[in-house]
Amino acid sequence: MKALVRAGLAVVTVLPLAELLVTALHPPGTYPPGLTWPQDPHWSNFALAFRSARVDRALASGAVVVLAVVPAVLVLAGLAGYGLARLPFPGRRVVSGLFLVGLVLPREAVVLPLYQQVRDLGLLDTTAGLALALIATHLPFAIVWMRAHFASAPAELADCARVDGAGPWAVLRRVHLPLAGDALRSLGLLLCVWTWNHLLFALVLVDDPLRRTAAGALDAFQGRWGTDVPLLCAGALLITAPVVAVLALAHHRFADALVRGVAVR
Amino acid sequence: MTPRLAGWLFVLPALAVYGVFVLRPLALVAQYSLYRWDGVGPSTWVGWDNYAAVLTDPDLRRPLVNALLLVVAFAGGPVVLGLALAVVVRPGPVLVLPQAVPPVAAGLAWSVLLSSTGAVNRALDAVGLGGVTRAWLGDSATALAAVGVIGAWALVGLCALLLSAGVRRLDPALYEAARLDGAGRWREFRAVTLPGVRREIGVCVVVTSLAALSSFDVVYVTTRGGPGGATAVPALEVFHLAFTQREVGLASALAVLLVVLVLGVVAPVLRWSR
Repeated sequence: MKALVRAGLAVVTVLPLAELLVTALHPPGTYPPGLTWPQDPHWSNFALAFRSARVDRALASGAVVVLAVVPAVLVLAGLAGYGLARLPFPGRRVVSGLFLVGLVLPREAVVLPLYQQVRDLGLLDTTAGLALALIATHLPFAIVWMRAHFASAPAELADCARVDGAGPWAVLRRVHLPLAGDALRSLGLLLCVWTWNHLLFALVLVDDPLRRTAAGALDAFQGRWGTDVPLLCAGALLITAPVVAVLALAHHRFADALVRGVAVR
Repeated sequence: MTPRLAGWLFVLPALAVYGVFVLRPLALVAQYSLYRWDGVGPSTWVGWDNYAAVLTDPDLRRPLVNALLLVVAFAGGPVVLGLALAVVVRPGPVLVLPQAVPPVAAGLAWSVLLSSTGAVNRALDAVGLGGVTRAWLGDSATALAAVGVIGAWALVGLCALLLSAGVRRLDPALYEAARLDGAGRWREFRAVTLPGVRREIGVCVVVTSLAALSSFDVVYVTTRGGPGGATAVPALEVFHLAFTQREVGLASALAVLLVVLVLGVVAPVLRWSR
């Protein structure tokens, strides 16, 4: 019975991915019936999607955005989380409150003035503009996460260092940072996945679909091959593959990070 | 440099980026919502008119109603199912896969699965339910429910994992005591498990509600809010009003109401589960 429930669950979980795969193998331009293995699988569809829709460029662009966003968020959130957790300063409560607002704020609510802000800075259609928007909206979660980590670190270590005359910066670098590796890696993993999958800001801030996040490029395929379902599915699968690969390598870390991330809130 | 102010230096870089790209836009949205403006020309002060329009015009009000219905689907399904799974089986980490798949790809896959000739309808045919088959996302009677199903698929695994972590933390002595009192499986669940994982249930409801209220990607890819506004949701409507219809005031009023809705749903749940 339990095994049956587990198996059913696993089937439903991977069903959409299986559908993408078998649909992508049908002849281009057809409208295949669902979940049927084609007579002669067109593995060439993946190459076609790669070349004709320049999925290769979309993937490269998605990777560039991830590289621009994630390290920056880790640095900013690491510093701010440490400041909030370990260095009592006047106004700390207010600052924490401001970041908490961002934790539940839907991005769509601020997307229009944010677009104007990026436009006024002359950063529309640039990786920098898209990255700044994503960095800012990822910060609340990342800061709450890092603050929780630094708050749970043993106080004795820092006290010893401080007796030795180390300032807050030295304490962070020599005492806390070596212990924060795990928290930073898990947070980084979540941020990579979320950035890769992000659509809204990519749609609004960058016109050229090949210079967006990976998910933002898929929207362009819909415009291009609106009715060519097999090619659409091939493109979608190519965009999903890196995330699934990362998950295969680190799915325990990802699951733990998700659960911890939710609990942190 | 006094130690009292050192903390500020650490927080300042993050606060600056966040202030420019989130806090200031939030303040501007509140301001725009009181004007009629096309985003470029002169603007006119209209006070609360935009809010009145959003709340009285059926086309503008519909996204807010749909959002609440989606909260029921996104939260109800995954929490109930997740709880059942957490108690019956120990859910494996493969369940977080839907949380990693890009929502745009998941949306595309589900629109193929739910299409008129798709796998879901063929399965219904096979078990003799051919009468109910339809294009689930293209029929205004079922489109919103279909979006709810996609959302539930994305969230059920996460909830099952969270709840199962909560169930495993419960003290076995409590179950011993319940059994000595002669409680059956169901009484045990109601008297021990349910109150024990109250916090986790609250967290699940908050996370799923947030996902429902800010659902954009899946709706954008599968239905664009159609057919005939059946799946219009605030996030998508704000996007349309702001960027295609150039109704900045209306878009902003809807955005403010969306924030109010989020706080209105999340705050009571957090209070209940603490």
